[in-house]
Amino acid sequence: MSATRTISVTVNGKAYEREVEVRVTLADFLRQELGLTGTHLGCEHGVCGACTIQLNGRSARSCLTLAVQADGQEIKTVEGVAPSADELHPLQEALSEHHGLQCGFCTPGILLTLLEFLDDNPDPSEADIRLAISGNLCRCTGYQGIVDAALAAAERLRGGAAK
Amino acid sequence: MKPPPFEYHDPTTIPEAISLLGSYENARLLAGGQSLMPMLNMRYVFPDHLIDLNKVGGLDYINTDADGVEIGGMTRQRDIEFSDELAEHCPLLSEAIRHVGHIQTRNRGTMGGSLAHLDPAAEIPMVCAAMDARIRAQGPNGERTIPIAEFALGFMTTALAPDEMLVSVSLPGWASGHGAGFQEFGRRHGDFAIASAAALIEVGGDGKIARASLTISGVGPVPVRIEEAEEGLVGEAGSDGVFDTAAEACGELEALDDIHAPASYRQHLAKVLAKRALAQAWERAAS
Ligand code: FES
Ligand code: FES
Repeated sequence: MSATRTISVTVNGKAYEREVEVRVTLADFLRQELGLTGTHLGCEHGVCGACTIQLNGRSARSCLTLAVQADGQEIKTVEGVAPSADELHPLQEALSEHHGLQCGFCTPGILLTLLEFLDDNPDPSEADIRLAISGNLCRCTGYQGIVDAALAAAERLRGGAAK
Repeated sequence: MKPPPFEYHDPTTIPEAISLLGSYENARLLAGGQSLMPMLNMRYVFPDHLIDLNKVGGLDYINTDADGVEIGGMTRQRDIEFSDELAEHCPLLSEAIRHVGHIQTRNRGTMGGSLAHLDPAAEIPMVCAAMDARIRAQGPNGERTIPIAEFALGFMTTALAPDEMLVSVSLPGWASGHGAGFQEFGRRHGDFAIASAAALIEVGGDGKIARASLTISGVGPVPVRIEEAEEGLVGEAGSDGVFDTAAEACGELEALDDIHAPASYRQHLAKVLAKRALAQAWERAAS
């Protein structure tokens, strides 16, 4: 039982082909097989949001997805958020400027969630943002810094002047 | 933490999925995975065979016609949230779906998966109860339609046979201009509700309530319709007093008693939320 399968996935624009045990979660696959340890695991049962990645442009909990289900799909992880090795994405910059992270454990999940959200809602209210990150637990910041950062990033991404 | 060993199947057609389901002992269907995957990770369940429905065609759609809407079992909750069609014809579902989990879980979670899981606090079964949903199921002996009242048998228990699969859910339409009210109380947005209430009101030409539906969920093992209240509302104009009387009928429900809330608190919430939902539906109904 628990046979293996060969899967092909594109992660952050790069194609991989690997043989995986069918019961392995996408989170464990990314971390252990591909060495992409930026995706964090908090609860491993869908509550904390730390493992959030994007599957075909939509945020999803990688602890609740099997690696085999990602066969042929496109995945984005925190390693693929910054445009280059020495440049941050505007949302990453804003999180840094607004103290949107302390230990950083929740940050990858927050980033992948907010990137999708800001795409769908370029001009969100504070309440919209709080709702959008309601599925991401942060034990450090008290969320205020994250909300401030999201507001600032939204403005920057809309092309307005940064606050 | 990871799932126990199982054999994985990924059929691409409904007949293929049903034949797999019928040919194995201890097989489970995997829809969006937002309930079954945590149960696998925590090893609450040990299926020998996991039949993944994510590649099965023809299960992901929203169809509207004169009789109402039909939603395919694998339709993602997020697509329901974004559907203009549903916002127009089925405002109760549009509003309630925003309270199902979070963006990340709604992107994967499905209409049929939530209904087949039948968590007592879940919003989708409640909307189905409120709207007299009809559930289409397919098995080795063909297809049958199950009214929601006969589908939700008890605590996380449906009328689906072990070799049957939920294919779609039909929600019979309410007149255009009907009002929908939805009220939920939970500790945090997206958490399981401690109690919730859904109300639908149609107002007749005389400005009085012509048709009403009132459902309480999260209080007992399955969502319940409060028929006594519904009957009492017909022929009345909405008012504080009328909604108070209707809400009183919710006070004696069988209630769950658990770590989140004692039964008496759930019974209290049922009344408060019922009144608010009714007032909201009345407010929103076009007379
Ligand atoms: S690790 Fe996936 S939600 Fe917590
Ligand atoms: S920064 Fe530490 S958990 Fe969010």
